[in-house]
Amino acid sequence: MGFTLLYLSVIVLLPLAGLVIKASDATWPQFVAAAVAPRALAAYRLSFGSALFAAAVNLVAGVLVAWVLVRYRFPFKRVIDGLVDLPFALPTAVAGIALATLYGPKGWIGQVLGVLGIKVAFTATGVTLALIFVGLPFVVRTVQPVLQDLDPELEDAAASLGATPIQTFTRVIAPAIMPAALTGFALAFARAVGEYGSVIFIAGNIPMKSEIAPLLIVIKLEQYDYTGAAVVGVVMLSASFLILLGINLLQRWARIRQGEKS
Amino acid sequence: MTRFRSETAANLLAHALAILAFTFIAMIALGYGRPAHAATVTLLNASYDPTRELYQAVNVAFAKAWKAKTGDDVKVQQSHGGSGSQSRAVIDGLKADVVTLALAYDIDALAERGKALPADWQKRLPNNSTPYTSTIVFLVHKGNPKGIKDWSDIVKPGISVVTPNPKTSGGARWNYLAAWGYALHQNGGNEAKAREFVAALYKNAPVLDSGARGATNTFAQRGIGDVLLAWENEAYLTLKEFPGKFEIVTPSESILAEPPVALVDKVVDAKKTREVAEAYLQFLYTLEAQKIIADNFYRPRDEATAAAAKLPAIKLFTIDAELGGWTKVQKTHFADGGIFDEIYKP
Repeated sequence: MGFTLLYLSVIVLLPLAGLVIKASDATWPQFVAAAVAPRALAAYRLSFGSALFAAAVNLVAGVLVAWVLVRYRFPFKRVIDGLVDLPFALPTAVAGIALATLYGPKGWIGQVLGVLGIKVAFTATGVTLALIFVGLPFVVRTVQPVLQDLDPELEDAAASLGATPIQTFTRVIAPAIMPAALTGFALAFARAVGEYGSVIFIAGNIPMKSEIAPLLIVIKLEQYDYTGAAVVGVVMLSASFLILLGINLLQRWARIRQGEKS
Repeated sequence: MTRFRSETAANLLAHALAILAFTFIAMIALGYGRPAHAATVTLLNASYDPTRELYQAVNVAFAKAWKAKTGDDVKVQQSHGGSGSQSRAVIDGLKADVVTLALAYDIDALAERGKALPADWQKRLPNNSTPYTSTIVFLVHKGNPKGIKDWSDIVKPGISVVTPNPKTSGGARWNYLAAWGYALHQNGGNEAKAREFVAALYKNAPVLDSGARGATNTFAQRGIGDVLLAWENEAYLTLKEFPGKFEIVTPSESILAEPPVALVDKVVDAKKTREVAEAYLQFLYTLEAQKIIADNFYRPRDEATAAAAKLPAIKLFTIDAELGGWTKVQKTHFADGGIFDEIYKP
């Protein structure tokens, strides 16, 4: 217990305290002005909006991938299982450059989409795409073990009791995997909010349009505005903390509800 | 029960310490802790993005010259990055003996915020402490399909311009100011017209990379945009790397970019490297180094070397004479709420 507290303090709390102290150099009006400047608001909207959207996509796609990996047998399953972790291992800059090259106006995919009038690279869509990429493993890896432990006979039992496949999913499978899926969602979201390396290459970085909040922090640092950078950092941190707390509560609720049923 | 727990914690700690100790011993055994060879001096040059090739060549030549003069070995290490981030790194404690950055403002910040060198640093070496200059030119696709000849062509609707973000890139600030100066000259000094001009220019920019190299890659490797606003040396380097794909367009006028160099007093005094660091910077003004500078497509200060290098003649204006110097420019144009931010106001 003591060791855990000490460890968390040194590794997590100390740097965060430093951030808050730096931000407190600003007077209250300065803090508010930096925190809610139109450009900052646009950046938060993009960062949090695309992170939430990407995490939601990953929630659905991740459960699906985990399901297929657990319940089906097919050739090269091990290899495909390993592929899931690649977004973790790849340096984020490599991912960003690869995505920007593929989806750019002259890229393989970008060219095709361009004909259809869809622009991905250098727009908010591109930002979301990069965040979906980096967040994929979280949901898959949290849901997979739960699915593995879930006895397939449960589904058979549900079916024999007259449940439709949809009912089986919503009444039997979904409640069981919900807490794990929410954890994966929270992790994917948290990673996406702070993501810089992969996004910076595919976001256009145009102020008010495709500028993410972490870039705003870098821009402020570039002008030696340490306090302004810390203010944006504190706002992002607080917002992320609140959202993660919300997800945690939701998770507890899901767990309690499941407990009541079984 | 509690006792048992704290014992495991102590046990864990002991294990952790043992691993740590082992790591240190291993590192020392592998030579990480070995002191540097006595007769070798190591300098660190913190520079901006596109000077990699230049300083690689300069460092070799300087080491030879220093060895011939004093008999000592000198090894100059390089660190490259955005000009602003490099300055920030030195303020935050990077032990750079010399800084060679993209603009004077970043060294001013080092003097003002880092107290690492005197405020009048720019007077310590000849030519405003800039042993070489450069300028901003256009890089276009082979055959110049969009017929781009001058600044007025790149603000036309439908032209896609690649330039980095002036908030994060020193080179981008030179790009911006070159366009600004051109517009002022075209409109008899009318600032409102100049503002419209740069606004039209940035309307044509689909992406703002964070650094000059990033923008070059966006243009040259990803094939985005009709024109790249680039450092002259970076433009020539790109021609060399992608033969037959691009050509350089020299506009009717541009800005005289002066990337300055300076000794970081705080670091050289602590490291006792003042003498060799000073010699390194002075070496940049020698004929030998000026030749290397010209070979790397910078504009040397030495007139004979410059004439031999045959970079095209171009009408150049300076930031000090026409725009009031870096401190003023930074405040009016690039600080939060400055003219650049105004362009993007909804």
